[in-house]
Amino acid sequence: MLTSILRLGLLLGVALLPLTVWAQAAPALKSVSVDLPAGVQMFPGGTAADPINNNCLACHSADMVLNQPALSKAAWEAVVKKMINVYKAPIAEADVPPIVAYLATTKGSAGE
Amino acid sequence: MILQRTRPPLLETPFEVFDRSVFTPNDQFYVRWHWAVIPTSIEVAKFRLIVHGQVETPLSLSLEEIVGLPRVELAAVSQCSGNSRGYVLPRVAGAQWSNGAMGNAKWTGVRLKDILDRAGVKAGAVQVRFNGLDEPVVEGAPDFMKSLDIDHARDGEVMIAYAMNGQQLPLLNGFPLRLVVPGWYSTYWVKMLNDIEVLAQPDSNYWMKTAYTIPDTPYANVTPGQTGVKMVPINRMEPRSFITNIQNGASFAAGSPTLARGIAFGGDYGVAKVDFSADGGKSWQPAQLGQDEGKYSFRQWETYFTLAAKGNHSLMVRCTNSKGEAQPGNANWNPAGFMRNVIETTAVTAA
Ligand code: HEC
Repeated sequence: MLTSILRLGLLLGVALLPLTVWAQAAPALKSVSVDLPAGVQMFPGGTAADPINNNCLACHSADMVLNQPALSKAAWEAVVKKMINVYKAPIAEADVPPIVAYLATTKGSAGE
Repeated sequence: MILQRTRPPLLETPFEVFDRSVFTPNDQFYVRWHWAVIPTSIEVAKFRLIVHGQVETPLSLSLEEIVGLPRVELAAVSQCSGNSRGYVLPRVAGAQWSNGAMGNAKWTGVRLKDILDRAGVKAGAVQVRFNGLDEPVVEGAPDFMKSLDIDHARDGEVMIAYAMNGQQLPLLNGFPLRLVVPGWYSTYWVKMLNDIEVLAQPDSNYWMKTAYTIPDTPYANVTPGQTGVKMVPINRMEPRSFITNIQNGASFAAGSPTLARGIAFGGDYGVAKVDFSADGGKSWQPAQLGQDEGKYSFRQWETYFTLAAKGNHSLMVRCTNSKGEAQPGNANWNPAGFMRNVIETTAVTAA
């Protein structure tokens, strides 16, 4: 149940002194400004990584892709297709096979 | 924090944080964003929350007006749908979280109901959709939005928080406003909330209809490769519990009493009991529960156990909620790696 501070204060009176502070002082919200890191890491592997570096860094950094478990080639193909069809990644048809091949090699599972 | 992804940020709470207190400090609270276009600067005076759609009076509320509404406070666990995905077998794609994509905070804010009542929901409204300031990186891609049924949105518990643990929300946790949906997975806890739309039709946007859906089966469980399963939007959380002071591989003196402690939560119901086993689940003993911070909060627990025989042992902990739901002995599986809540096991030795 949500605790209405006012009601609690009335019910319990001074027993909840720390909470009455809540009831009085509305937190004054202060404007916020932060710097977020760009995540400039590239996919390793030289020229074999060119297609993935050219196509897979626009929306998210490489680290999470590199943290993925070993997946089958079919699973990697599904991931790449999802990026294109659902998230509208602008990836040329010709770049799909080398990207899938890169992922299946570096993050691939044999026998699936 | 454990860095799962730099941009947009996926930050995991290191597990030892949960051993220190029942509330998770704001600067150690896990962070999860979908799209990388996130405002890095928000001016309090300029921010507006708009309420539109099937309402009598569309609203554009300043933060000052929102903070001036009747205030409510609630302790609640925010847990990612995919918390613990890194342990799902067979492995699945997605953020490879350990168990730290969750946190417990005291949220302060206003009732969503009060804001909806102020706008006056029209007859025929079926859902309420929530959108934040974050945006897709490319045009035409699906903006991240989530919806709740109208009765849920008006239940008086769902709230719009402007503070967590007594401080304004950190930007990465959704400054200045975050939806709090007690007992439900945090995919619904929309951050930087600035747009509330009352809908006359069920929301069919991608993040409701396709993403964040689960098999409509017990524990959202299916066998890998199973097809033709009805999928529904993920919703309420299930009970979970963890040992926080003993790690896998720890060693104890045989025959001497040892303290085990940790946290539990009941999902959408409170914690009724926490049971502990020092023999791999053959026998269970009730743990002592800590202070009750409310039914949606973490609840601390502790108990003493003794390992009589030298050798390997399995410690287990199991939460049962006040609806009578207990954690299962077998791990669930689904393609997205959602809703893991199997009984946790910690392997230890007695020497
Ligand atoms: C147009 C933007 C965009 C591009 C370009 C893009 N992605 Fe994604 N990707 C997303 C979004 C959005 C998500 C889901 C949200 C999240 O995980 O935070 C995602 C998630 C993922 C995931 C996690 C698994 C999943 O299905 O959610 C992997 C792995 C991934 N992307 C790999 C790739 C690879 C490989 C490429 C290059 C072929 C790529 N991405 C290009 C937007 C993009």
